[in-house]
Amino acid sequence: MLETAFFNLFAGLSILSGMGVVLSRNTMHSVMFLILCFFNAAGLFFLLDAEFLGVILILIYVGAVMVLFMFVIMMLEVNVAKVREGFLQYLPLGGMIAVILLVEFVAAAGSGVFADGAMAQAAHLGQEVNNTRQIGQILYTKYLLGFEIAAIILLVALIGSIVLTLRGRKDAKYQNMSAQVKVRREDRVRKVSM
Amino acid sequence: MSTADMALQALIWALEILAIAAPVALTVAYITYFERRIIGWMQVRKGCNRVGPAGLLQPLADGLKLFLKETIIPTRANKVLFLAAPLLSLVPALVAFAVVPFGETSLFGIWETPHIMAISNLNVGLLYVMAISSLSIYGVLMAGWASNSKYPIIGSIRSTCQMISYEISMGFGLVTVMMLAGSLNLGDIVHAQAGGILHWYMIPLFPMLIVFFISGCAETGRTPFDLTETEELVSGYYTEYSGMWFATFSLAEYGAMILISLLTSILFLGGWYAPIPALDIIPGTFWLLGKTAFLIFVFIWFRATFPRYRYDQMMRLGWKIFLPWTLGWIFVVGMFIYTPGLDGIINFWLAWR
Repeated sequence: MLETAFFNLFAGLSILSGMGVVLSRNTMHSVMFLILCFFNAAGLFFLLDAEFLGVILILIYVGAVMVLFMFVIMMLEVNVAKVREGFLQYLPLGGMIAVILLVEFVAAAGSGVFADGAMAQAAHLGQEVNNTRQIGQILYTKYLLGFEIAAIILLVALIGSIVLTLRGRKDAKYQNMSAQVKVRREDRVRKVSM
Repeated sequence: MSTADMALQALIWALEILAIAAPVALTVAYITYFERRIIGWMQVRKGCNRVGPAGLLQPLADGLKLFLKETIIPTRANKVLFLAAPLLSLVPALVAFAVVPFGETSLFGIWETPHIMAISNLNVGLLYVMAISSLSIYGVLMAGWASNSKYPIIGSIRSTCQMISYEISMGFGLVTVMMLAGSLNLGDIVHAQAGGILHWYMIPLFPMLIVFFISGCAETGRTPFDLTETEELVSGYYTEYSGMWFATFSLAEYGAMILISLLTSILFLGGWYAPIPALDIIPGTFWLLGKTAFLIFVFIWFRATFPRYRYDQMMRLGWKIFLPWTLGWIFVVGMFIYTPGLDGIINFWLAWR
């Protein structure tokens, strides 16, 4: 009973905040709504005993990705009037996608997949089952190759983005800090006899 | 579970939360007092000694003063986010205390097995603390942006860069602890360090202890790294704040300082264990709080001792010194664990083999 109540709370809040992302006029508010949405998604993971995924979702998405989003928005000057100008232009396409999705959802709901007996009922595991350990073991044994390939791709993307944005500016001033720290009085002050 | 059981459980949770949040708030008030007295002592002057005996009522007087001050909201500020920002920085600092184990108790022999004294003994406790403490960035960012003023926005961007940079080396420092303890549960990490001072992780991970503590200093914006919120730079991101909302920011800062000290004692200094096993007759909570109090003293000591960093020097320290050091130490620990011959040395600290 308590679990259902919490599920409804998290699911409802994530839908509401998802709507808030799209509907709010202020981009900063949109970002805050998106953060709330991620929190509720993490709450849903917690309800499914997947505490590792829940915490990682907060750590990566809320702690790192959204901060970058916010940086970009703070630097941009968003013109609200210009954003609203395109509204009618994109309405037909967006509406079409919405209608297709609605038809799909209704069809799926009517097909009996979500009927009472058809849904899988997962039992809760005890606290001694540590899903961090389970995920680690399976990632580093069964799926090791895929995991390593993903890591290499990420590394290449990381280096690529640095290379693309690096401009070796020759006119900028650089300071050699270890030289600055190592400086002694004799290097700067000279005693002259008067 | 019946309704009565649920109500009882909720009451227990509320009491547990209160039992941690209230002492934290009180400690924050008195840390400000001790900070002023200790810095006064180090600078050969008196410090505050007027309000009450030996100035002991000074924090209460300060609180009253801040409470009675007018809250000024700039006209062009975004009102909702302006008022939400201090709360956004306070909440993560307090929520992170939920997984901190304050010791182990069998409640005077009533329970058969000793229980860990934490609100929630989470299996991913260490990751939880990292995740929650990374949220305090939002308070800083929001405060700068919502003030709609030049100095706060520059201050908040600088402060955010600083926090992101040092979070990375902090996280890698924690990876070495995980490698030795083989667990993310804070209680298990302390258990892995049982048996006297030689078993504490500060011995094999001494460079990581230094990196973690200094990064914590930068993360909370304490003195050698407080260049984003100093008076000369118009107080950084909270230029426009006054009264209670300003006090909320400093409450969050001191709360984060207590948390970093607690975590350092738990992860590197053996948590609730005494340096010599024979001294374990003194309850573990006293040991943990004693270590934490010492680390808080070290924070204040730093403030009285070190001059402020320049911004580019601080970035260099984070990215070019701490990050390679932590990555290198992960490599060294990994090499010791899996090389035959060398693993005999590290087995002394390895809990999971």
